[in-house]
Amino acid sequence: MDGPFATALSLIASGDPALMQIISLSLRVTLTAVLIACVIGLPLGAALALARFIGRGALIVVFNALMGLPPVVAGLIVYLMLSRSGPFGSLGLLFTPSAMIIAQTLLILPIVVSLTRSVVEDLWVEYREQLHSLGAGRLRAVPTLLWDGRVSLLTGVLAGFGRASAEVGAVLIVGGNIAGHTRTMTTAITLETARGQLGLAVALGIILMTLTLSLNAAAWGAGQWARGRLG
Amino acid sequence: MTQCRRSPLLGFASGLAMLAALPAGAQDFITVASTTSTENSGLFEHLLPMFQAETGIEVRVVAQGTGQALETGRRGDVDVVFVHARAQEEQFVADGYGVQRFNVMYNDFVLVGPDNDPANVRAATDVSAAMAAIADASAFFASRGDDSGTHVAEMELWRAAKITPEGSWYLSTGSGMGATLNTASQVPAHALTDRGTWLSFENRGPLEIVFEGDDVLFNPYGIIAVNPEHHPHVKVGQAQVFIDWLVSEEGQAAIASYTVNGEQLFFPSAE
Repeated sequence: MDGPFATALSLIASGDPALMQIISLSLRVTLTAVLIACVIGLPLGAALALARFIGRGALIVVFNALMGLPPVVAGLIVYLMLSRSGPFGSLGLLFTPSAMIIAQTLLILPIVVSLTRSVVEDLWVEYREQLHSLGAGRLRAVPTLLWDGRVSLLTGVLAGFGRASAEVGAVLIVGGNIAGHTRTMTTAITLETARGQLGLAVALGIILMTLTLSLNAAAWGAGQWARGRLG
Repeated sequence: MTQCRRSPLLGFASGLAMLAALPAGAQDFITVASTTSTENSGLFEHLLPMFQAETGIEVRVVAQGTGQALETGRRGDVDVVFVHARAQEEQFVADGYGVQRFNVMYNDFVLVGPDNDPANVRAATDVSAAMAAIADASAFFASRGDDSGTHVAEMELWRAAKITPEGSWYLSTGSGMGATLNTASQVPAHALTDRGTWLSFENRGPLEIVFEGDDVLFNPYGIIAVNPEHHPHVKVGQAQVFIDWLVSEEGQAAIASYTVNGEQLFFPSAE
């Protein structure tokens, strides 16, 4: 029997359409979830860092704790929400890629919010005087602070991407692992393991890790480049 | 990263627009809740392309245990359930969640266990004696433990043998058929499995079939369209096209023609 590395290589080399479809769906779902989590999470995290309101402490603790939300629980919540018998059932989103994006956003959002808050809070302490002297209040300082903390924030976003692309519990429940429709890298690995096709399962795992590695390398390279260029 | 700094409102709106755009594509599809045993056996990969070529209807299969599949049907999240636990299926129809149950096919359950047969199961003359031999020897037994059709059948076998399976030898895995067989092959333990999953399962380790052939091990699969009276959105028309095709001469022949390593996995049984 060929080793899993050989299987992985021949799978990629053959350009198997089913595999390509699984890879593109996995990336589409996770990258969309990352994007949505950024759009909501960066301003929300910055607001938590700079605004002062009652319940702010509690909110910070809740978002920190949600970083440990078990994916299967996130999946279950989204399942109950989107099920035809649930409050958003009429949208017909269960067992679609959209349902998987919602579940993964739920997993990534706490990471983006908590990390953004922490980064912005530190930068605010550091630059408060300077920003004040330029006449920038808390609100107007947000874009500057986010831009200044972009390298640290990128790490957080990558952690979010990692969490979402590696998890199987949530997408299995809300996506249903439907062949050609909601089958991702991780649910395909689960299925091939269940079939006793362990070599193929490991091969898929190698491909997933290679993708994750490439993405992280690209992000790191971009960070280094930005650092070098902007000092 | 530049996208990440847009205003929250704009971002939220574009996110929703993206979500709404995603499910586009084939509108002519039905969703079927079926069992891990049919999915793991590879039957759907054989059947569905034929059905789609003929009718243009895409069938999306969600593989769950029978208990979970029926629950998914009760919630209205699928159009059809295709499962194997006759009493529960009839209850599903009697409760008004399903339209009507159709026989589709059957295979049988087999007992697998370590090839050195520590509990001397091979000497058993019927399946009750086989189960008793395993319990008496306290030989490892890996159970699905997930309210699936296979698990329900297993519990009936223990009841018929007047045994309450408990003790350190009884391993309730709470997972699908393939995952349970993976556990059984490593322990090694006995397990009850449908023949289809067993024949297509590749990580057998020391496991072999140690008991088979008792009439009690007959494993019939039924198919039921979810009742639109409960869930008006279900695609009952297309669901019925799928059911009609499966029980037609052509569908039945397609089921019979599915083999793994030259062995037929499922036997047509539509009336």
